Amino acid sequence: MLIAVGSLAVMGLALGGVLGVAARYLAVEENPIEAELQAMLPGSQCGQCGFVGCAQAAVALAKHEAPVTLCPPGGKALAVALAAKLGIKADLSGVADTGPQLATVAEEICTGCCRCLKVCPTDAIIGAAKQIHNVIREACTGCGACVERCPTEAMTMVPVPITLQHWVWPKPVVAVA
Amino acid sequence: MKDFALMMIGAALVNNVILARFLGLCSFMGVTTRIDTAAGMGLATTFVITVSSMADWAVQHYLLDAYGLGYLRTVTFILVIASAVQFTELTIRKVSPSLFQMLGIYLPLITTNCAVLGVALLLVEGHMSFIGSTLFAFASSLGYSLVMVIFAGLRERLALAQVPRLFAGPPIAFIVASLLAMAFMGFSGISTG
Amino acid sequence: MGLIERFFKEPRWGVHPDDHKRPAADAPLRMLPPPARLYMPLHQHVGGAARPIVLVGQKVLKGELLADAQGNISAPIHAPVSGTISAIGEVTAPHPSGLGFAAITIDNDFAGRWIETDPVSDPFALAPEEIARRTGKAGVVGLGGATFPAAIKFALGKRLQVGTLIVNGGECEPYLSSDDRIMRDHADQVIDGARIVMHAIGAREALVGIEDNKPEAIAAMRIAAAPFPEVKIRPVPARYPMGSDKQLIQTLTGKEVPADARAAEVGVLVHNVSTCAAVHKAIRLGQPLVERIVTLNGGAVKTPGNLFVPLGTLVDELLDFVGRVATPARLILGGPMMGTPLLHGRIPLVKGASGILAFDAQEALIPAAGPCIRCGSCTRACPMGLLPIEMAAHIRAGDLDGAVGFHLSDCISCGCCAYVCPSHIPLVQYFSHAKGELMTKERAKLRSEATRRLAEARVERVERETREKAAAAARRKAERDAAKAKTAAAALATTPVTQVEGEIA
Repeated sequence: MLIAVGSLAVMGLALGGVLGVAARYLAVEENPIEAELQAMLPGSQCGQCGFVGCAQAAVALAKHEAPVTLCPPGGKALAVALAAKLGIKADLSGVADTGPQLATVAEEICTGCCRCLKVCPTDAIIGAAKQIHNVIREACTGCGACVERCPTEAMTMVPVPITLQHWVWPKPVVAVA
Repeated sequence: MKDFALMMIGAALVNNVILARFLGLCSFMGVTTRIDTAAGMGLATTFVITVSSMADWAVQHYLLDAYGLGYLRTVTFILVIASAVQFTELTIRKVSPSLFQMLGIYLPLITTNCAVLGVALLLVEGHMSFIGSTLFAFASSLGYSLVMVIFAGLRERLALAQVPRLFAGPPIAFIVASLLAMAFMGFSGISTG
Repeated sequence: MGLIERFFKEPRWGVHPDDHKRPAADAPLRMLPPPARLYMPLHQHVGGAARPIVLVGQKVLKGELLADAQGNISAPIHAPVSGTISAIGEVTAPHPSGLGFAAITIDNDFAGRWIETDPVSDPFALAPEEIARRTGKAGVVGLGGATFPAAIKFALGKRLQVGTLIVNGGECEPYLSSDDRIMRDHADQVIDGARIVMHAIGAREALVGIEDNKPEAIAAMRIAAAPFPEVKIRPVPARYPMGSDKQLIQTLTGKEVPADARAAEVGVLVHNVSTCAAVHKAIRLGQPLVERIVTLNGGAVKTPGNLFVPLGTLVDELLDFVGRVATPARLILGGPMMGTPLLHGRIPLVKGASGILAFDAQEALIPAAGPCIRCGSCTRACPMGLLPIEMAAHIRAGDLDGAVGFHLSDCISCGCCAYVCPSHIPLVQYFSHAKGELMTKERAKLRSEATRRLAEARVERVERETREKAAAAARRKAERDAAKAKTAAAALATTPVTQVEGEIA
């Protein structure tokens, strides 16, 4: 009885000691994946994910505290890429992939208050006080920050129009037996 | 020498841990969706089986047999295996973070992988020498890795195939696994012939 | 071609579809009476769309510049008839999507008056750069279907010191015969154009590759090329896709163009026979590219043949001219293998349109796709040596990167694989879909990089503004303090000293 208890205790202590030493020598200081994740995010710091900026979102992603589908401007493509990076399966059913969107100004409602200019993370809105604002399409990321800010609801999100350059052949439909 | 060679072939192919003894099926179905994950899992398991079987041989020989503590076998073996797995996990995390991410939950689950404990218990039944048992454990785990990689290759092709909806996913994987097991049954002809 | 030669030289790639070229190829060239209204698209070439420089209501002469090239790769657009600009708007593009694109509408005044041209009697006295400049100004693009601006290819050939010009008279697509017709009727123009192109790129020889199913064209070209030993007529076996750059180069010179490389990098440059004729017109006559030969063919056409038509003519007007046997079941711009399906006939003719095919119901029939039987026919047929079976399987499973691993980017979309597939799997559509998706991904990546740059620029701007504001505030404060000190000092100077002393005391 004593031998059994004693031998198990000794073994446990010895193996625990080995692991303790190993943990010290093989310690991983920082999750190196954070920097990679941050590089994948759009970097517009639009805040739609609920975090302050893309760096904070990357930290949360690395800790698996945030879903990979957190970034609306990144869309489905980013969610898939993030899931692959993190080695997890992404639940894409929840992503309402509305496709890329653009902000537009309803010129008859815009009062030229300049509030939207200040929140735009990429300086994509031009205009001056009492002048009707406009959106530079090439610079708009579709984050929607301006829509919430607009006091007259002149800002709306519209899907990016499909042009000849953007059109893609549909995938052939396969009849599964 | 010839005995060792025959024993290793027998352990790896004829009495394959997965397809003949049906051990370690959890990881067999779980991490074989891609070849590189399967190969990583195979390597990790090979390391764990070989190291823990060496330790287990020592424990069996110098502790359990010496003091008549045979009834503690399972507990002590699990203790050794768990430590080896933890050690492997630490190493992989340090050396290859991407493999660590890919193996995910299956890495700690090597602890409860019945192939590991199964091989250790088989060794005890076999009453082998230290070198013999180490080689047997190594060959068994090589057989495990081989089947993991082959099956992962099959499943990579399977992912591209147009499987009828009723069979898509796990069902077709099980069918393929059974075919593979039947193919490995052919190896048992070697020993008699 | 001898039996042994044929046995050894017959390419092992490609397919040999029934060519359906005759009787359309043998019918004499007809002129289409210019229609009353033409629609000249701004984007008829690879690269950036042209920028309109005319106004609605403006009168233009035939050959007058309507829209100028913009960007590095682009081509100008000229008026195909004389008349009045009636609108600048959208028309349906010759594109499978049926989406619209910008076009200039011209009402024909039927005067047919040309703008004053600047003909060159001896192009070989001109500098090569001048020929490239004139070709570019004339809006000449690759007329074989690629529509790459010809002048840019000249400059490339000159820079990479191309020794051989290959003149592409392959025309391997079934049904089409516009190149055949131009070689039969205007062989002298083609040869002269080829010699001008040789001069422009500094090539020593020109090889004219013509498929051996066009004996009349070969004979006519041989006669026209007889005085010029540097221009060699080379019949090539009729095999689809012989008219593709890489295949023709390999057949004629034995050189293989590496993946991700251009033909010029192996020392050859390919130009279509129609492009050569257009270069001839642009240089010798000073005429911009405003007309071309188009094949009208297919079971639904009453009198199939080739037409000489002004660009911008609607497809429906062409079909009205040649007559319809039945309502076309399918309209195709270009050949049946690689052409663009047209959703309707109210689509203007563009520079790259070598033919309009109106298929009857029987020709247009597409059998339902069955499952892949893994026969490997597509692999044997692929002229690029790819594995269509593997690429399609990966694309079907949604694994685009896997398809790229099988060199999807080298696929030339020739359609050989889909043609031979016994299960009628639409393989090319899989590849087109995947290429489009990959391009979208690439664009998204560029876009997110641009977004990051913009976001960083904004952060920098905000910081700079705060800094400047702070600096300005500090300056103003300093000025105020200085002014205050000055007034205080002035006040001090005017006040009797004793009093101040008394105050302090």
